[in-house]
Amino acid sequence: MAETLRVNPIQCSGHGVCAELLPELVTLDEWGYPVIDPGPVPPVLDRDARRAVSACPALALRLVSR
Amino acid sequence: MTTALNTPVRLLPAAPEDLRAHLARYGPAPYRNQPGALIADVEASGLTGRGGAAFPVHRKLAAVARAGVRQGRTVVVANGAESEPASHKDELLLQFAPNLVLDGLQLAVEAVGATEAHLYLHRAPGPQILRALAERAARGLDRLAVTITQAPPRFLAGQETAVVNRLGGGPALPTFQPPRVSERGLGGAPTLVQNVETLAHLALIARYGPRWFRAVGTAAEPGSMLTTIYGPDGTAHVREAAIGTPLRALLADGAIDGADVGDGIQAWLVGGYHGTWLPMPGAAERTLDGKSGVLAALPSSRCGLTEAARVTRYLAAESAGQCGPCLNGLPRIAAALAELAGSGHRRQTLDDLKRWSGPQNLVEGRGACHHPDGTVRFVRSALVVFEPEISRHARGICSATDRRPFLPLPPGMPTREEDWT
Amino acid sequence: MNTAFWYASRATGIVALLLLTAVLVLGILVNRQGRLPGLPRFAVTDLHRNLSLLSVAFIVVHVLTAVLDTYVHIPLASAVVPFASGYERLWLGLGAISLDIMLAMIVTSLLRGRLNRILWRAVHLLAYASWPVAFAHSIGSSKDLQQGWMLGLAVACAMIVAAAVIWRLAHAARQVPRARRVAAIFAQHRTGQVTR
Repeated sequence: MAETLRVNPIQCSGHGVCAELLPELVTLDEWGYPVIDPGPVPPVLDRDARRAVSACPALALRLVSR
Repeated sequence: MTTALNTPVRLLPAAPEDLRAHLARYGPAPYRNQPGALIADVEASGLTGRGGAAFPVHRKLAAVARAGVRQGRTVVVANGAESEPASHKDELLLQFAPNLVLDGLQLAVEAVGATEAHLYLHRAPGPQILRALAERAARGLDRLAVTITQAPPRFLAGQETAVVNRLGGGPALPTFQPPRVSERGLGGAPTLVQNVETLAHLALIARYGPRWFRAVGTAAEPGSMLTTIYGPDGTAHVREAAIGTPLRALLADGAIDGADVGDGIQAWLVGGYHGTWLPMPGAAERTLDGKSGVLAALPSSRCGLTEAARVTRYLAAESAGQCGPCLNGLPRIAAALAELAGSGHRRQTLDDLKRWSGPQNLVEGRGACHHPDGTVRFVRSALVVFEPEISRHARGICSATDRRPFLPLPPGMPTREEDWT
Repeated sequence: MNTAFWYASRATGIVALLLLTAVLVLGILVNRQGRLPGLPRFAVTDLHRNLSLLSVAFIVVHVLTAVLDTYVHIPLASAVVPFASGYERLWLGLGAISLDIMLAMIVTSLLRGRLNRILWRAVHLLAYASWPVAFAHSIGSSKDLQQGWMLGLAVACAMIVAAAVIWRLAHAARQVPRARRVAAIFAQHRTGQVTR
């Protein structure tokens, strides 16, 4: 059950919480917006990914099944 | 309207045709009373969208039809927004063969079981379209009444989700997908958004069949297409040509080659302002494909770098400003390119530009729509093709002998919410 | 026993007011992408959410102890049904209104992914109504808060909230409307400013 992390760029306002909670998959660009690894989320990071999705103040992050 | 050698005349008649002439030439639209049959024919024909994305039409039709069965209602939109400033083919098609487009619209309505039909136009509807609708209504030819909506003059106004947004009463701004408009579009109903030229081809495939359609073009992309070509003298010509025709052959059209312009062509812009610059002489061997709806031959007398900077500034100004990477990246890219096009530039500027438009996906793929992607594609190719010119400008020299603007751009930039409605 | 309940209700009420003050300020801080010194960004969001739940926990104890205290009769329902109490009808009614709003905010936040964004935001904005109403309830129904250093504490909370709200409104006023954002970036670049 592969899942990828996706951001809704319209809702995203660059809080940066996702990058803090999931630095393995999310980095911030020079303007503070997330650059997300497009690959599947490794199972070991699944919990952290869910936490990042839940913590986003703009609810811009989501996990989608491929 | 002259046509070049060896190009099929399928869509554009010699002069605008009214309903009588249209019916005399084609007969009435062949409704199937069995919508799946048309979709099967469209699949066999290999028709791809003529709005620039070249997506297989049968897949869109099938997706909307399927979703419509679940939901009970669907919407069809004929997209004539033609928001690319350099493109005129949809405008011309609507003027010369409105009934072909409207036939295609009604056939698509039948194919997906639509309950609502729209025509979305760049400008206020011209007399030919209005007359066509009135004549068809008088004869009871159409299954659904067509609502006309005018698009705002924005580059993004013709984007699929922006179309649905606008028709729903909002601004012509893209929205995030999922859900795809084919699943949930206008008023939450599955919506088919199809370019007007695509619908015209559909109307012909319904009459003459997939094998006829495949008689010209390539195996991967069959059929003919309309393209707007800017010759080196800067005038625009709309031509119909088979997909796969080399640019060289299009240039052999006496009206276009501009032989009297004197000097040669330095580069071609293929695919409009989200397209790619190609250097000559190699570009002449490039063949027409579904993404080459706008072609511009840049003469050697002009400055390609300046043209690229002008267009990029326009593209940045037309950003919806909704997504951080696009909002931040495009204006900075435009400003950097403008600096390169000036006399002398900072080392940092070229580095920044290469970083922003480079392959690290700082801008590309990070918006809700493909505007940042297309802009970066345009800029990247310009940086390669006009690299010698960048070096010259860095030393304070420009090789252009003609400083007039070449590529067409509308004036001003949007600054108020109303500019998007 | 009654006296114990009465003291517990007073104490938990005051703590709840302090917590709610913190929750509101933290909520504004989240919106403004502000940081708490020495803490990571996610701490602001997490603290805001966790303290809001803690506040409700304190309020539940505050209400229960008040109901259990038989010195005056306060029906349990009056905790959420405004003006249903014979005792101090107005002030307790305000408390109920404030709690109702808080419960709506928490429920909509827990269901946030499934709800319409505009609905969530509209309910969440009611925080700006809930706090003043809670404050009025606190001052009106508590003799403790009407004098001495406790009054000072309450006033301090009000001033902190006022300052945070003014900060929030000032930002909203300065906010560049969407249609002008690109122009603003162009202008930034021309003046050589490099900001986000």
